[in-house]
Amino acid sequence: MGDKRFTKDHEWISVAGDIGTVGISDYAQHALGDVVFVEVPEPGRAIAKGAEAAVVESVKAASEVYSPVSGTVVKGNQAIVDQPGLVNEAAETGAWFFTIKLSDPSELTGLMDRAAYDAYLKTLE
Amino acid sequence: MRYLPLTESDRRAMLAVIGAKDVDELFRDVPAAARLAEPLPLPRHQGEMEVERAFTRMAGKNLSAGCAPFFIGAGIYRHHVPAAVDQLLLRGEFLTAYTPYQPEVSQGTLQALFEFQTQVAMITGMDVANASMYDGATATAEAAIMACRITKRAKVILSGSLHPHYAETTETSLRYTEMEAELLPPDPLGFEDLLGRVDSQTACVVVQNPGFFGGVKDLRLLASTCHEVGALLVVMVAEPTSLGLFESPGAMGADIVVAEGQSLGMGMNFGGPGLGLFATRDKYVRQMPGRLAGQTVDVDGKRGWVLTLSTREQHIRREKATSNICTNSGLCALAFSMHLTMLGGSGFGRLAEINHANAVRLEQKLAKVKGLKVLAQSYYNEFAVHLGDDVKAAEVVDALAEKGILGGVPASRFYPSWPELAPVLILAATETNTEDDMDRLVAALKEVV
Amino acid sequence: MSDVNTFSGNRGLQVEEKLIFEMGNPGCSGVDLPEPGPVDLDRMDGLAKRGAFGLPDLSEPQVVRHYTRLSQKNYGIDTGFYPLGSCTMKHNPRLSEKLARLPGLADLHPLQPQKTVQGALEVMDSLAEWLKELTGMPTVAMSPAAGAHGEWCGLMAIRAAHDDNCQGHRRRILVPESAHGTNPASAAMCGFSVDPIPAKDNGRVDLDALKAKLGPDVAGLMLTNPNTCGLFESEIIEIAAAIHGAGGYFYCDGANFNAIVGRVKVADLGIDAMHINLHKTFATPHGGGGPGAGPTVLSAALAAFAPVPYVVHGKDGFELVEGGREGAKPFGRVKGFHGQFGVFVRALAYITSMGADGLRQASSDAVLNANYLQAALGDVLTPSFDGPCMHEALFDDRFLKDTGVTTLDFAKALIDEGYHPMTMYFPLVVHGALLMEPTESESKDTLDQFIAVVRGLALKAKAGAAEAFKASPQFTPRRRLDETLAARTPVLRWKA
Repeated sequence: MGDKRFTKDHEWISVAGDIGTVGISDYAQHALGDVVFVEVPEPGRAIAKGAEAAVVESVKAASEVYSPVSGTVVKGNQAIVDQPGLVNEAAETGAWFFTIKLSDPSELTGLMDRAAYDAYLKTLE
Repeated sequence: MRYLPLTESDRRAMLAVIGAKDVDELFRDVPAAARLAEPLPLPRHQGEMEVERAFTRMAGKNLSAGCAPFFIGAGIYRHHVPAAVDQLLLRGEFLTAYTPYQPEVSQGTLQALFEFQTQVAMITGMDVANASMYDGATATAEAAIMACRITKRAKVILSGSLHPHYAETTETSLRYTEMEAELLPPDPLGFEDLLGRVDSQTACVVVQNPGFFGGVKDLRLLASTCHEVGALLVVMVAEPTSLGLFESPGAMGADIVVAEGQSLGMGMNFGGPGLGLFATRDKYVRQMPGRLAGQTVDVDGKRGWVLTLSTREQHIRREKATSNICTNSGLCALAFSMHLTMLGGSGFGRLAEINHANAVRLEQKLAKVKGLKVLAQSYYNEFAVHLGDDVKAAEVVDALAEKGILGGVPASRFYPSWPELAPVLILAATETNTEDDMDRLVAALKEVV
Repeated sequence: MSDVNTFSGNRGLQVEEKLIFEMGNPGCSGVDLPEPGPVDLDRMDGLAKRGAFGLPDLSEPQVVRHYTRLSQKNYGIDTGFYPLGSCTMKHNPRLSEKLARLPGLADLHPLQPQKTVQGALEVMDSLAEWLKELTGMPTVAMSPAAGAHGEWCGLMAIRAAHDDNCQGHRRRILVPESAHGTNPASAAMCGFSVDPIPAKDNGRVDLDALKAKLGPDVAGLMLTNPNTCGLFESEIIEIAAAIHGAGGYFYCDGANFNAIVGRVKVADLGIDAMHINLHKTFATPHGGGGPGAGPTVLSAALAAFAPVPYVVHGKDGFELVEGGREGAKPFGRVKGFHGQFGVFVRALAYITSMGADGLRQASSDAVLNANYLQAALGDVLTPSFDGPCMHEALFDDRFLKDTGVTTLDFAKALIDEGYHPMTMYFPLVVHGALLMEPTESESKDTLDQFIAVVRGLALKAKAGAAEAFKASPQFTPRRRLDETLAARTPVLRWKA
């Protein structure tokens, strides 16, 4: 997998070939608190960049996960559906939400790299 | 004034701490043009005795059900409520508590709600029930909306067996949404064909059982027909004591069961407050509106209860919530649960048998009234009768009232534009009806029809 | 907590109580019912069954003890001070309970012939008259069952009025960021989109920002007044003029009406619709979460669209209108039957007990009590806004900075001191909000004791006692409960 790129809504995507893996950032899982429920998209679903792709809920908050890119869902991560707590433990590693076949790889250029994202987080404090 | 503890000297002392010269100064953010300088020209405060006198006078203008042979149902049923229920409801810790958001000081309400949810699930034959809705009508509307959310379809079919108020409330709730209600005509004879109407556009079919005109139906075929095309079956139970003697809606294949819970614990209260019961299958729980109490443990590992799955609700999801509902009918749910606990499994079944037996007895006695025909062949504790082609049921009911008898509801009160329903009268019998009540009704009907 | 363990698990008056399903005594019943005799079940379409439900069998003494014990695990207004902001936890008079149980009011069926229920219709009409007089509004829809239900009712009337005026394209509702969650949820149920408007530093709506959001697609504005920060919207008349000028209607969330009853007529503020929580302002019991009632007053522009039913003065007395009527264009029906009648009786009993003079004194005392709390706690807590508040005082968590104690911890410590916590983390517009609404029901003595406790806790937090706060409450039937477990693995009913 390539380096992660981030959105302002705290999703990350990492791309290998034309397949991207999408999750939420460690900052996002921390802000949510204990994750208790996750819903991931069905394979084959076409999603536009910025559209609602998944749901993540803690006890006191609910949030949509927006797709950083346009494409077709390859697979949702059943492991986090079964064990939502994994999102807290491994948000930027094993607890990815879904994989997506990119329809327009040029969309990636609008996303932040790690350094830019860290700088962005500093502005939120 | 007996509800206000502050004295004038308290007020002066407090204003001194605040640093204001008078209370008016605290209202200085109110635009001057809108400030009222003195009390409105309306009656002044009164002592308990005066207030009680005024209410006793108003109460005296009503003919209360206990003072008359009484056979009215149509969505509100008169049952005997055990004395213990009302005494317990008056305990201040139940009566004057807020919603149980602070679970450490609300375990009483929360455990009672958990028991209530379990009881509702048991008698409806469903997996899970919420902590209640406002009433049967709003619960029906919420069920229709939930079915649309689950199926991602927009068409709701409302059976003619549905109480007209429930149908109207549902239509109103869908009025300014993408969803649409298809309302079928009133169905006093139980001839309605629902099977032929269900198709791949249908989100749900909403039926009432026993129906508004009293008829009961086997819903199994309707349930499987709905499921074949991906639609849901919503069953409304307006008289929940019927569940003591019936195959449950859950066992017949319902996906959502809603009910008006007023029959147990609450009395009639001129129709409000009601109690909306709401039950469904486990797989739909996250699409369910309303509060839920759930089991957990505290930091010492002891079992306890909290409100849970709140991310469905308005205070977190805001405009994306499953409903705007922010309360339930807490005290009514408690009353329902207490009454059902008093009855227990055996008492609940026996209560239903008595209700049905009394209705059968009433039907037998009514056979002596010339020209009167009972419409539905199958019923629980309520049925519709046809009084004869030229007879207006509304006039008969008024004539009965003149004789001190509250003898049912004319269908025309709900369906004024359906002339063929003018002779139709809906009669209910419960455990509160005596043999003498029935004889007086029959004798009076013989005179006025 | 305590190191002393008992064999029973009980602690004196704190008695452990099983679920009813764990204490059944098969064959018992708390109700003696007659033998039904031979029941002919062939009138039931083959659906009759006599089966077990899993419901436990208990005798009356067992049932009474069960619920008495459960009640002892609850905190109510009767127990003690309940400063829950935005909830108006005032005293619930017992006269109201007595009158609501008069057989001539309680044992009535909503479908009795109208001439047999003239007294009940008089109750509804008298309450409606009081609500109209107190607000200055010409019409009230009595049937909404709760505050949120009233919001929806008012917005439905707005939507219907726009449709009737060929303005059906107006679908955007402006709602301040500080609004209660029911506001946007109610708007969504009427097919409106929600557009947030920001507040100024003084906690009031930013009038310029509001004006900038106006346009031909705006249906109206939803505003709570006094607002959720406990402040009167001082520019409310200009706000009303702006929304009316743009062709929209002005909905006011009346949750905080208790601050201004008898001191301000909302009609004078330019409001088109407002719900009134009878269970807050007019002292009917909250009942552990309902039943409430949310009658909704409507301006002349919206009156024709009020839902059915309603009471009118007919030639032979009171008349209940359940269907169509000349000139009326009801948007529909919001619930079964005629509204929360049992709640109406209680509210009317309270209102006639208080009278115009008492109601005005109550709102004055409610505001005085809140300002007293704000003044007496202002130096140890951090008030969010300057100047007088209305009926509730808002603080934020700056006073807890670097103590390791959160607003939640602070509230839980109050429980051990014998108080119900204030509202926490609402409104969302200030950080770690603590919203205190004392109501007029509290004596100066009660407030002074509470103030001493809060001051003590604030100093304790600053002195570095985070661990003690985190461990609270200690003295409750259950200590902090695991909400994560409850949500991850929901157990929503008992199973054998």
